[in-house]
Amino acid sequence: MTTPRRRREDENLERSRRERILRASLPLAALLLGFLVWDLVVRLKGLPPYMLPSPGLVLSTLIDDWAILFASLLVTLTITFEGLLLALVGGVGLAILFNQSRLVEYSLYPYAVILQVTPVVAIAPLLLIYLPQQAAVLACAWIVAFFPVLANTTLGLNSVDRNLAELFRLYGASRWQVLWDLKLPAAMPFILGGLKIAGGLSLIGAVVAEIAAGSAGAGSGLAYRIAESGYRLNIPRMFAALLLLSVTGIVIFAALSWFSHLMLRRWHDSAVEQET
Amino acid sequence: MPDRSAAQPPIVSLRDVGKRFGNGVVALTQTSFDVRRREFVSLLGPSGCGKSTALRIMAGLSEPTAGDVVWRDGGDRAPGSIGFVFQEPTLMPWATVAANVYLPLKLTGMAFDRAQPQIALALQRVGLPDFAGAYPRQLSGGMKMRASIARALVTRPQLLLMDEPFAALDEITRFRLNNDLLALWQATDQTVVFVTHSVFESVFLSSRVLVMTARPGRIFAEIEIDAPYPRAESFRTSSEYAALCRRVSEALARAMSAEAAA
Repeated sequence: MTTPRRRREDENLERSRRERILRASLPLAALLLGFLVWDLVVRLKGLPPYMLPSPGLVLSTLIDDWAILFASLLVTLTITFEGLLLALVGGVGLAILFNQSRLVEYSLYPYAVILQVTPVVAIAPLLLIYLPQQAAVLACAWIVAFFPVLANTTLGLNSVDRNLAELFRLYGASRWQVLWDLKLPAAMPFILGGLKIAGGLSLIGAVVAEIAAGSAGAGSGLAYRIAESGYRLNIPRMFAALLLLSVTGIVIFAALSWFSHLMLRRWHDSAVEQET
Repeated sequence: MPDRSAAQPPIVSLRDVGKRFGNGVVALTQTSFDVRRREFVSLLGPSGCGKSTALRIMAGLSEPTAGDVVWRDGGDRAPGSIGFVFQEPTLMPWATVAANVYLPLKLTGMAFDRAQPQIALALQRVGLPDFAGAYPRQLSGGMKMRASIARALVTRPQLLLMDEPFAALDEITRFRLNNDLLALWQATDQTVVFVTHSVFESVFLSSRVLVMTARPGRIFAEIEIDAPYPRAESFRTSSEYAALCRRVSEALARAMSAEAAA
């Protein structure tokens, strides 16, 4: 026999299941609809591929040019991850340095802000003059990616529970113990939040630098492919490379979100599943 | 044993201690009292009377601007000789209960394996032996406070300082923790200084109550609570308890009116 309460729970379960399916299927449906409209426009207007390739053509180009595009994807991915890693090390390292020494913080913080607010598109050409191209691209990825890590880590290191800090003092904790056992764990959710933003930005920095290098560059990342295909009016390949770039961005974000969840799921409210 | 403290020498004495903050506020003035071994002393007073400040000065978390704090052995306090319990549980959310209790020992450089028996004992004492692996967010308010007390006890401190530890808990939980704290105090030979703004709590727990006035804070009256230990739940409803509460309440009322007149 099912009691009324039992039935209500079942209904709730059913409703949440339906909502999950909707949330997964609606964006897909919208995407399909978009492709359909795109395809119709190309067909009905009879647009040539160099103006607007149909979605089918983009997909077949992606498959036909896979060898070239995949090699470029690897280059872009490598630079993005190197940039992200340097941003993590540099951002967290600098934040710790700021946290330990007011002198260093006051001396350097304004320049970190200046580096952040100056558009990277404007810095890239300069970097390309003074650095070898690979290094310049990496530097651009780092410049845009490191600031969110720095800012978030700084905030995190300063948002330690005051009573906990006193407790550490009461037990005669060393500076190093306070940093390692108190400040860094407390800052972890902030650092991971910064890292999530930095992942996307590192990709943007790498792309911007390659575009700035343009045809003069010897690089072979995805952005370089886009620029090159543009000069050659190979629009379908431009689209295919663009598609790959945004898929890359999505995968990086999803991977970092998953990593963050894994790190925090045991204790932080943002990652803990609701038990009802 | 109505009087288990008088014969003991003081562990710590405050002599004319005063505290003036940087902004000119005088939190504490001319405050003198002794804490003897195995005593349970309560500091009772309205909020802002400097009772927490007195506790923080004893813990070494705050420096007095006048007077002295004299320890029995003359020397300074070694880390771990004082346990401190805050009003909030103040646990590290990223660490398990066992890791939280381990913290004071970890900070003195003891390896986790060696600390294990002490951690287990402390958790046993506060009634949380089965929650070593739990995270603070999985515990209720009362259990978090138990974990916090276990952490304060793990170094076997000679003095346990408690700053309104049960103020944020519901009354039923508070009564249970009061009973358990008393049992714990009797089972160990702990000395406790307990800050509270509850007359009933101070009388139930203490062997001595120090009534304080506010602005500036100082000791107004000292009342021996000579009811024998162990004090069971029946003590709460006894006429003896009611009479003692009346005495302390009257002293507190006089302290407040003295303050209003000043």
